[in-house]
Parts: sequence; C-alpha cells; structure tokens
Amino acid sequence: MAKQIRERLSGNEAVATAIRQINPDVMAAFPITPSTEIPQFVSSYVANGLIDTEFVPVESEHSAMSATIGASAAGARAMTATSSAGLALMWEELHIASSDRLPVVLALVNRALSGPININADHSDGMGAKDCGWIQLYSEDNQEAYDNMCMAFRISEKVKLPVMVCQDGFITSHAVQNIILNEDQDVKDFVGTYQPEDYLLNAENPMAAGPYSVTQYYMEARRGVAQAMRDSKETIIAVSKEYGEKFGRTYGYFEEYCMDDAEYAIVIMGSAAGAAKDACDKLRAEGKKVGVLKLRVYRPFPAEEIAAALKNVKAIAAMDRAESFSGNSGPMSCELRAALFSAKQTPDVLSLIYGLGGRDITVEDMEKIYEDLMNGNFECKELPYRYVNVRE
Amino acid sequence: MSDYNFKEFMSRPDRLTPGHRMCAGCGATIALRNVMKAIKPEDHAVICNATSCMEVSTFTYPYSSWKDSYIHNAFENAAATCGGVEAAYNALKKRGKLDDSFKFIAVGGDGGTYDIGFQSLSGAMERNHDMVYVCYDNEAYMNTGIQRSSATPMFADTTTTPAGKVSDGKPQNRKDITEVIAAHRVPYVAQTTFLGNFSDLHKKAEKAIYTKGACFLTILAPCPRGWRYEAENIMDVCKAAVDTCFWPMYEVENGEKWTLTYEPKKKLPIEDFLRLQGRFKHLLKPGKEEEVAMLQAEVDRRWEALLKKCSL
Amino acid sequence: MKTDISKQGLDVKWKDMTVGASIVCAGGAVDFMTGEWRVDTPKFIEDKCKQCLLCVPVCPDSCIPVVDGKRADFDFDHCKGCGICAKACPFGAIEMRRGEK
Repeated sequence: MAKQIRERLSGNEAVATAIRQINPDVMAAFPITPSTEIPQFVSSYVANGLIDTEFVPVESEHSAMSATIGASAAGARAMTATSSAGLALMWEELHIASSDRLPVVLALVNRALSGPININADHSDGMGAKDCGWIQLYSEDNQEAYDNMCMAFRISEKVKLPVMVCQDGFITSHAVQNIILNEDQDVKDFVGTYQPEDYLLNAENPMAAGPYSVTQYYMEARRGVAQAMRDSKETIIAVSKEYGEKFGRTYGYFEEYCMDDAEYAIVIMGSAAGAAKDACDKLRAEGKKVGVLKLRVYRPFPAEEIAAALKNVKAIAAMDRAESFSGNSGPMSCELRAALFSAKQTPDVLSLIYGLGGRDITVEDMEKIYEDLMNGNFECKELPYRYVNVRE
Repeated sequence: MSDYNFKEFMSRPDRLTPGHRMCAGCGATIALRNVMKAIKPEDHAVICNATSCMEVSTFTYPYSSWKDSYIHNAFENAAATCGGVEAAYNALKKRGKLDDSFKFIAVGGDGGTYDIGFQSLSGAMERNHDMVYVCYDNEAYMNTGIQRSSATPMFADTTTTPAGKVSDGKPQNRKDITEVIAAHRVPYVAQTTFLGNFSDLHKKAEKAIYTKGACFLTILAPCPRGWRYEAENIMDVCKAAVDTCFWPMYEVENGEKWTLTYEPKKKLPIEDFLRLQGRFKHLLKPGKEEEVAMLQAEVDRRWEALLKKCSL
Repeated sequence: MKTDISKQGLDVKWKDMTVGASIVCAGGAVDFMTGEWRVDTPKFIEDKCKQCLLCVPVCPDSCIPVVDGKRADFDFDHCKGCGICAKACPFGAIEMRRGEK
C-alpha cells in the first residue's frame, strides 16, 4: 500500500490539498462562504509556484461554471468550487455540463439556500442540484471529502459526466480534524493524465459543442445522459475499489454501520452521520439492534442496493438536511420510500427534516429518534413528516 | 492594418459556411462572415456563441456552419465561456500539450451582450482575456420575436414596446455599449457596420483579432424582419445609419485614443434613417414632429460628444 | 473522431447519437440545402461584371465563390435569393428574377 501522511486539516484545506496534488489545468471560481477558502488556497498554491493551474477569478458563480465548461470542452481538466446561492446561480449551467458530457468537478461546501439568508450547513443547495445530471458524492468528514476529491476526476473522465464532491459547511469545511493524506505523486499517478478524444483546441478536427436540438433529437440526447448516469454506478465502485487497494480506504455507495442484524436504522448523509453512529454505539451497548446507513453516492441513486441493505429492517428514520416543500417529506426520504416500494419492502419509515441552516443535531437527538423507531412512535402533526429540533 | 487588401480578404475561404438557417438577407451572418475573413488562413479559432438567432441557425444538430471549433453554452455567458477556453489554451500551451495557434472569438447579439450577458462580458473584459467579443447588434431580441432591448433606439416599435394609441414605441434611449466597454480601458474597442467594400469592418476585425488582450467590436447588423425593410435594401439602411450619425464608426485604443474612422461628407437628418424602416413608420405621421426632434437632438448630442473625444 | 453526419438524421437512435451531442464535422452545414427556400433568383451577367467583388462581402450565405481573385457564378444550392448582391452591384451585372426558382 502507498505511503500515507498524517496531517491535521480543515475540510476546505483537505479538498484544496487534493486539488494541489491533482494540479488541474484550469480552475475558475468566485468566493462564497463557506467554500471561499478553497479558491483562496488554490490561488496561494499558484502564487507560490506549487501548481501551474490557470486560475480564473471570475465575477460570478454563473461565469465560474461557464468558464469551467468552456475550459473542459476546450480539452482541459477543469473544476470549480462553490456553496449555496453560488450553486443555485450555476443551475442552468449544471445541466449544460452534463448534457455536453463534460468531466468537470465541483467542490461543493453545502450551505443553506436563501431565504432567509443563512451561511451555515444544510443540503438544500446540493438537493436543488440533484436532478441536473451530475454525480453527487457526499462526505461525512474531512477524510472523505479529501478521498472523494482524489477520486472525482477518475470517475468523471471515465463516464463523461460531471461530479460534485460535497461536504458540510463549517462543520467539516472549517473544523480541523486528523486526516491521512496520500503522497503527491501517488495522487498524480492515480488520477493520471487527461486526453479527451474530441475537444475544441484540436486543430486537426475542429469540434462543435452545444447544438440547437430540434424535438427529434432532444429526447435521444437526454436518454444518453440517463444511461451514462446509470452506468456510472459500476465506475464509481471500480474507482473506489482501486483507491482502496492503493490507499487503504475503500468506499461504496453507502456505509453500513452496524447494519448486519439491525432492525432499526437511520438513513442519513453528510456530517450528522457521526452523531447517528455515536447514538448507535450507545444503544448497541444496551443490546439494541440499531444501525446507520450513511449515503455517500446520492446521484446516481443506488435504489436497489439501499433496499437490499434495509431488507431486514423494521423501521427507518429517513433524515433529510433539506426541505423540498413537496408537502410529503424531504427529497432523500421520498426516493428512499420509492426504492423500498419497488423492492416490495414495507418497513415503517419516519421522515425527518433536521439541521437546516446549521441547526445542531446531537447524539441525544439521534437516541431519541431510535427510541421512537423502537417504540413505534411515528406520529406526525400537521405535516406527514417531522422537523427535528424546531420550536413548536 | 497597413497591408489590408480587399481582394485578398475576399479570396480567403469562408469560415462561416452556407447551409445555415438564418433568414434570407440576415445582417448577422454578413457581420460574422466578414469578421471571420479577418482570421489569417493559417490560424485556428474557437467561436463561443451566445444563444441567439446566430446560434440556433448555425449549429442545428448535426450541422455546423463553422469551419472552426465552436461552442454554444448559454445566453448570458459567451464571454465567460470564451475566457474559460482561453484559459484552457494557456494551460495546455504552458504544459506543452498544444502547438497550434488559436484565436478566441465570442459572439452575441445585442440581447446577449448589452443585457443578459452584460455581467459576463464586463468580467471577461476586465480580466483581459486574449479574445475578441463581437456583438452583432440588430437592436432588439430578434430570436424571440422582436422584443425591445437596451440597444433598441427610442421610439422603435417592437413587440414589447408597440406603438399604439397612447404609445410612440420604446420610451427610453439606447445604451451605448461601445462606450461602456471602452470605459473598461481594454486594448481595443470599435464600432462599425456594412459600408462599401467593408474595409472599415475588415480592418477593425483584423485589429481586434490580432491585438493582444480583450477586444470588443459592435457591428450594427440590420434585421429585415425586425426593422421592417425589404431585405435587399440592407446596404442603404446601413449607409443611412452612418450618414445621419445615428451609428458613428470609430475605434478606441486603451480607452484613451478615440478615432473617428468615417466622417459623413454631409450629416443627414435622422428622418433619412427612419423612413427606410417600418419600425419607425408611426413617427413619420403628422403630429410626431416633436418626437422626431427629440430623436434628432439625442443623435446630435451623442455625435458632438464623440467628436470631442476623437479630437483629443 | 470525425462525425459522419449522414448517420445523424432525424431517425437516429439514441445510442447512435454523438456523445454530448457534439459534432466533429466543421462546416458540415453545406450538406443542408437552403437553396430550396429561394423565391427570387439572382442571375449573374458575366459580361457586365468588372470583378470589383463588391457583391462578395454582402452575401449572408457565402454564395458568391471567389476563384483566383474573380467571382464565379452563384452557389444555388444555398442562395436564398435575398437580392442584396443585385443592389450592391454598381454595374448591373446581377439581375433578380422575381418568382423564379
């Protein structure tokens, strides 16, 4: 196994370190809390000659994604970073990146969307972009954010779809944690060089990208993206496996924590999985059959695999850190219910919204949720789902 | 430039091929075709096109009318996209992955330039990417059906500023995008249209393409549908725009050196421009003398101000 | 890889469309015959032509080929018959035939 380096880094610096090691051709970015440090770190690496990336300090996130798309289509390995409103401003462009089948990477530091304006963590930005044809990898901690970033270009360039590497604003982006880094050269070797077949700067064979498509072509074009997304499942696992073999940390679509014989499960994404695991440990010590399923890959949504992992579970708490205002539950919860339905599994599902705008969720809160599952307390008032830690 | 030769330009192969679906007589294609002539045959180019008539008609899947590489991204971001392409070029050159010489040309209509794409344009100009932004200005949103833009002249009849019983068309004056971009102090900014053998347009395009840094061209490109004139009369419309001083032809170097590149022998009254076009028909009826005088006063005011800048 | 756009017709199956709908066939639009749109048709009267080439830059459809410094006859595969060239000619060397395909 490759040599590893012990460090203490914030999530932002961990992601920036991976970017330094990858040394992409182009990065275009516009600052927005809490992802601002990422372009700052990258700019300082450029200023000090550690990398020779072309950093384009654009005037908005829309232009950040536009320039990234231009650079990627031109034949460069290109990326950006953003949060919240920045991602919302890019929304139109997110669809174009995937439709053009460009392997761009975006470091997303999840933050609440306005309004009211709020700078703290939740997943409303990422969930707002879940249907744009991007692969989405969510990270629980700094280590996962770093590892996901190291893998992102490999996945993206293989399947020709853009990849979003997500971590929670402030909670992981600004908190310094112990982390294990790979050697610079090992990351470079793992990521490899990028040589697209067709690109704008190919003088021999000029390329045209982004056509006007009449009705006769539009559905066929979308169908192609849909298949690429479905097929990316295999690549995500293959790249993660290779990464694990080389660096000792292996990831799947999700992490199953104490799930072997679990009868009660919390399904969750991002940093709050930590609190769920602590609660799980505590209850396990009391002999309770509880577990955590922490989603890493939200797009593509591994529906069959999730259902299989939950097949012996009696009750599930589906925890969303985002509202979707569907009137029914959060976005992940809806997709989880659909996955269970398709698998003809009928556990009780308690849909919960938690942590919006940085609202704390504690180990005690998680214990309480497990207790509700175990006691069959699925009661909801006014809405068919519950808000955790909201003042009633 | 000094060695400009009309015949040689016209002998260059077209880089915008026929088979595009622009309307018969479209000014935008005349503009772009002639801009593309200014790229030396041995050089390569990447065209970054804002959503527009030009885009939907010149790259309708699977037919590209461009002999060079081409990307359409969205409506408001041709300049940012072009900046990204140029950054990629610099990166790949620096890393020894590319030998060829490329020029970068962003193209937008007045909607994509003056209005929705303005922020992206201003940003790209300020960052001074080595590119040329070409605005083909037909003074309204033609692709969506002739709605007013900030390039639309006062009193023009458009589908969102229709002339009616209590309306004389667009109530506001037009934005002067060329001056706005000149205020970015970029290396080269110019305004032109179709006149005679196009030498003014050809020379400005060549200068813009071969001047390092961010350059900007505004080309008045009449739209027969939107302006309501017979397509064959386009050269008369352009000539009237220039000779009434409604559309002065000039260039600005580094935001400082202003040069008038064409001075009409005799400055004609604005009516000579208006009467060629159906969009101003309502203004030429009795009782609208005051409105015409207002338009004339605005043309005069801008012309005088420009002359002052050019004589500095 | 160069795209064979003849295989990208309106009946193309989704698996056969190009990746990302990008096209590697610069200038492939020449295969699209806009000449069919023509209502009026220009007639080039070579005898009257002084080869000033003023008709060349005004054509929106690049339909006046220049060969060895001289204009040749129209590209009728693409000419839409707008008539700008006929008005631009100072010598009456282009006549518009109204209503003639």
